Amino acid sequence: MNEQSRPESPGSTDADVAAVSERDVDVATHRVVDADGSVVAPDAVPDLADDRFLDLYRWMVLQRTFDERATKLQRRGLLGTYASGRGQEASIIGSAFALTDDDWIFPYGREAGALLMHGLSMRDLLLYWRGIEDASRMENANVFGFAISIGSHIPVATGTAWGQQLDDEDAISFVNLGDGATSTGAFHEGINFAGVLGVPAVFFTQNNQYAISMPFEEQTAADTVAQKAIAYGMDGIRVDGNDVLAVYNAVATARERALAGEPVLIEAVTYRRAAHTTSDDPTRYRADEEVEEWERRDPVERYRSFLRERGLLEAVDEEAITEEVNELFDEAVAAADAYPERDVAELFRYVHAEPTPELERQLEEFRDLLERRPEMHEFIEHRPKG
Amino acid sequence: MQATIIEAINDALHEEMASDDRTVVFGEDVAESGGVFRATEGLLEEFGGDRVLDTPLSEIAIVGAAIGLAAHGYRPVAEIQFSGFLPPAFDQLVTNASRIRWRTRGEITAPMTVRTPYGAGVRALEHHSESLEAAYGHLPGLKVAIPSTPADAKGMLTSAIRDPDPVLFMEPKHVYRSFRDEVPEGEHTIPLGEAAVRQAGRDVTVIAWGAMMHNTLEALAELPDVDAEVIDLRSISPLDRETVVESVKKTGRCVVVHEAAKTGGFAGELIATINDEALAYLEAPVRRVTGFDTPVPLLSMEDYYIPHPPRIEEAIAETVEY
Ligand SMILES: Cc1ncc(C[n+]2csc(CCOP(=O)(O)OP(=O)(O)O)c2C)c(N)n1
Repeated sequence: MNEQSRPESPGSTDADVAAVSERDVDVATHRVVDADGSVVAPDAVPDLADDRFLDLYRWMVLQRTFDERATKLQRRGLLGTYASGRGQEASIIGSAFALTDDDWIFPYGREAGALLMHGLSMRDLLLYWRGIEDASRMENANVFGFAISIGSHIPVATGTAWGQQLDDEDAISFVNLGDGATSTGAFHEGINFAGVLGVPAVFFTQNNQYAISMPFEEQTAADTVAQKAIAYGMDGIRVDGNDVLAVYNAVATARERALAGEPVLIEAVTYRRAAHTTSDDPTRYRADEEVEEWERRDPVERYRSFLRERGLLEAVDEEAITEEVNELFDEAVAAADAYPERDVAELFRYVHAEPTPELERQLEEFRDLLERRPEMHEFIEHRPKG
Repeated sequence: MQATIIEAINDALHEEMASDDRTVVFGEDVAESGGVFRATEGLLEEFGGDRVLDTPLSEIAIVGAAIGLAAHGYRPVAEIQFSGFLPPAFDQLVTNASRIRWRTRGEITAPMTVRTPYGAGVRALEHHSESLEAAYGHLPGLKVAIPSTPADAKGMLTSAIRDPDPVLFMEPKHVYRSFRDEVPEGEHTIPLGEAAVRQAGRDVTVIAWGAMMHNTLEALAELPDVDAEVIDLRSISPLDRETVVESVKKTGRCVVVHEAAKTGGFAGELIATINDEALAYLEAPVRRVTGFDTPVPLLSMEDYYIPHPPRIEEAIAETVEY
């Protein structure tokens, strides 16, 4: 071959080269109730008893109240950084409602109501946000603990789903994630692996339009998260994430398929109305009009309209629900405040099954120092109980 | 001018972007919102969206792309929001950044900087508090720098950006805003690989870096009778052996303070260096004051983990009295 073997500048040709494009993929959005509350797909209204419809409502109110009150606690210095799910109630609650207690939830932070529904105590959830390791046991609930390193839980969930399959369990691994998480390497490796193994996993992306300040349009050049499923040989579902009934349908459907060995990627299109966390100032990167626009699509309001249309709203005692939820919260705070005094030994426990001699030595030396030098405590900030 | 560490970093970025238009800054939330710690505030307004970019949530791609961009002649300054999120990109540092010069026999290099806040004490969530400098310092070919003062932050970051090799610039976030100090205006560089003697003394050498530098000075304030020589290591890699060894030869005693876990921590390397080159001068075993061999606890108990002044004070007093 000589230097002349290539054209000077590769230009276009007349050949009709076929390409697959995202424009070829029609990604429909599943919706049951419209933004104004009217039912757009009567056949798709889930077949639930009236009291289950009312339960859904109660859980949504609980999620909202928990977020509001936790945020207030944080402002008073009684909680660490907190991540609110405000605006995402339909996604959080609708999805959890479609699971069974045997399913494993892999959370990442905003889904308080889902975890409480799954059996976690409200006290423990508060203790978690107070930075108390014991709360990460997630006692009485099949909850894996929060994935603070974004996306890190996705391949792990694939592994758990694999185990569930090997054990022939009638249960799935349900992974909560944000749109930002879909940009991590862990996401791509994790769902690809799930697709290859055909494990009972559902990857539930709450596309709340932002990853801190990064809007979804800049997070990925793809139009939707749902279409990404195709590349991994699995099905994608796109659902209106502010429509609790639609989310319920999507997750219930995906769960069935996952149990049959077909993992599913779901994209719930929603909006994070609060700050990213209590340490964030969203006015720096998003416009008030946008927030107001989504306020009009409020998931709780929308569901209330549905209940009204169904003639179920009369059965809702708004005051009683609010009072009950607030009482639960008060009790949880009191229980968290009453959490037993902790001991420094706790720091050294669980590093290994058996503490190594070196760990024992470090603990002993530290105890000794704390005793001999009481002023050490001046450097140890007394934090809200625990 | 008087500035905090975070302001000094911001100043260095402004200066370097202004003086070399091949300097680009990117990372999660660095442009529109100016970074979660505001380190990159104002850069987007001044230098525009081609040179100051918000990236997707992709640590592997942030570091990997910085390598490629640097290889192509740019001066990327990538931000990893918290050092606890650098591990996914560790592969890029190991596989590409640290050895690209070696692999290509100097043909292709990666003059890039990765900035990342590290360390405990800010009441953050899990993975927001680690100090893994020893792990990064273990990679031949990668420089690891840690400032402890505003002036050093500006001078060392400027050097890092201009360095012909990849530099991991670890910022002690606990002291980001805790104090102000004089920072030279305009051009200001501090060479990487040179420790600073913060205070000269004869009784004992105390070596620290980052936020622990401040805890060490606080501890020494409680020991007015001890004439300590205080070394701010500043660079984990390359290591300024000479300053360390000369100081220990003079004092005959040494204490190393770091926040990272004890086992495999960087104090081990320093003590080995002292053994290699100054063993005969030692009048006491070299002590280390470090974090414990545990993950950094969540916020409720993280203060127990951090080596606070009384712990440092004890070690210094014992070493002097040995
Ligand atoms: C690997 C990793 N990188 C960066 C961060 C810092 N961080 C915390 S949350 C977040 C955005 C997450 O966005 P998304 O996944 O969309 O979830 P959302 O917060 O919007 O619910 C970032 C960048 C992190 N926690 N983990």
